[in-house]
Amino acid sequence: MGNVLVVAELQAGVVRKVTLDTIAFARQAVDVIGGQVHVLVLGDGVDAQAAEIAAGHGADVVHAGNGAAFANYIAENFTPAVVQAAEAVDAEIVCAPSSMFGKDLMPCVAAKLGAGMVSDATEVFDDGGVRFKRPLWSGNVITTLEVTTPRKVATVRTTEFEAISGYADASVQAFTADVGARDDAEFVSFDQVKSDRPELTDAAVVIAGGRGLGSGENFDMLMTLADQLGGAVGASRAAVDSGYAPNDWQIGQTGKVVAPNLYIAVAISGAIQHLAGMKGSKTIVAINKDGDAPIFEVADYGLVADAFTAVPELTEKLKSLGIGS
Amino acid sequence: MKIVTTVKRVTDPDMKVKIKPDGTGIVTDGVEYRMNYFDEYGVEEAIRLKQEHGGEIVVVSVGADASTKEIRTALAMGADRGILVETDEELDSDAVARVLAEVIKEEAPDIVLMGKQSVDTDRNQAGQMLAAYLGYPQATFAFELKVADGWATVGREVDGGTSTKRVKLPAIVTADLRLNEPRYASLPGIIKAKRKKIDRKTPGDLGVDTANRVNVLQYEAPETRAAGQIVESVDELIEKLRTEAKAL
Ligand SMILES: Cc1cc2nc3c(=O)[nH]c(=O)nc-3n(C[C@H](O)[C@H](O)[C@H](O)COP(=O)(O)OP(=O)(O)OC[C@H]3O[C@@H](n4cnc5c(N)ncnc54)[C@H](O)[C@@H]3O)c2cc1C
Repeated sequence: MGNVLVVAELQAGVVRKVTLDTIAFARQAVDVIGGQVHVLVLGDGVDAQAAEIAAGHGADVVHAGNGAAFANYIAENFTPAVVQAAEAVDAEIVCAPSSMFGKDLMPCVAAKLGAGMVSDATEVFDDGGVRFKRPLWSGNVITTLEVTTPRKVATVRTTEFEAISGYADASVQAFTADVGARDDAEFVSFDQVKSDRPELTDAAVVIAGGRGLGSGENFDMLMTLADQLGGAVGASRAAVDSGYAPNDWQIGQTGKVVAPNLYIAVAISGAIQHLAGMKGSKTIVAINKDGDAPIFEVADYGLVADAFTAVPELTEKLKSLGIGS
Repeated sequence: MKIVTTVKRVTDPDMKVKIKPDGTGIVTDGVEYRMNYFDEYGVEEAIRLKQEHGGEIVVVSVGADASTKEIRTALAMGADRGILVETDEELDSDAVARVLAEVIKEEAPDIVLMGKQSVDTDRNQAGQMLAAYLGYPQATFAFELKVADGWATVGREVDGGTSTKRVKLPAIVTADLRLNEPRYASLPGIIKAKRKKIDRKTPGDLGVDTANRVNVLQYEAPETRAAGQIVESVDELIEKLRTEAKAL
């Protein structure tokens, strides 16, 4: 069969980088199963976004599906459109980023297609058939999976894939989905946490704070450090639960998975659920006043120190050395 | 209001999982089990909904005989009766969703509350698949739930912030960790739970073929990170990040 269909994710109308990472996964997949990489962009007025995605990121065909029912994402309206597109392009693999969007949508798509589904795919390869790898048990186990259905659905652990640029431009086509808006589900609002910093999942540097910071105000010093390094700020679950940081900052098994070039964990103990979200970072620094904290077991560089002195000192010294902005 | 809530028996996440040397599964000897954390939030929310709206809470588990323990825990927290769909097989989420769909059709609840994911297999699929199979609307990753006039208004944790969605009942709602604070079962609750009824069925009784669509071929441990080092000062940290790690 061959062919891969990627469902693009837009956030408030903007193409998320995780969409492009997922296209890189799709290229890996067509190397195994053959065929073309198709991308479906759904929204109400998404021609510009379709053109942006088509510009050299590894897709062969981008389908722009415009319609009032897609103005705001809800799974109920997107599912039938994705199913129709998967059938129209005869996709063997239908995938989306393993973001909250992909996690919400793709199981519905799988059920409607009668397809088996792989969550958080980190690899697709051939071993006498298509195989997928994925982490589970909070990242402590990796399994190799076989999907027995003709169509296969996956969400993609995008930190494992690097967006492609410089590929031949894709053709853009209009896609008309025969979908009426459901009357039993309504999008009400999206309350975006606005920030000038890079998105957590895209940032090359992530400064993450834990419960040990003691208050939301104390996250300010992490933001100053993040701004110095052009990075993003993240948090442990305990910090989010305590109201120090917005939910969108949570890193871990049940939050975001990040793999920046540099991860600095400040006042985070290093519970396995937290490690699940950042273990793949290239260089990990831990600043914690407890020398026995488990975070030091995964850190490349550990500094046993009080965050309230170490973080401002680090920021000041980077500034005076002219490192960062 | 009739509420169905689901519970899964999972390995205790505080224990280190060990993989069998031949890679065919995880070592289960000596492993402790508990109710999936996210399901506790679903059960708690069910109890709160019942307190507000009255009605009945049915707790359902799909799994081995031992899952009656987790059903009893939910009954002790405040659910009214239990259903175990008994199977010793490791089902994929799709099979679980198809089994649950048949139970839901029989029970015809107003709302189904589930955990957003289980902390063992981390798939985050069953609730959404169940919604698709039943044709119900869904509201996943809930941190806030209000029910009025036959609709649920759900605050959801999404990337980039939060979002609000309204779904008409019957609907599927999956719980995130900030939905509530699950109660502990009280002693009287535990005693009462012993007399509450647990019905047993098999997937076959429900007419569901549980053949998996996804098979696990191999289990392996992830690559471990090489041991790191402790630096003595901020200066040393910067120096090492520049020259050794080339991270700055
Ligand atoms: C089902 C489930 C899912 C979960 N999912 C996640 C998840 O996705 N992400 C996540 O992060 N957690 C998750 N958790 C929670 C996880 O188990 C831990 O409770 C949490 O990560 C702890 O956060 P913390 O390290 O900030 O807090 P703590 O464990 O309380 O650690 C605080 C640390 O700060 C240090 N400290 C205190 N003061 C200072 C100071 N002045 N200077 C320096 N250091 C200081 C302390 O030494 C300590 O190590 C989950 C838990 C469950 C049960």
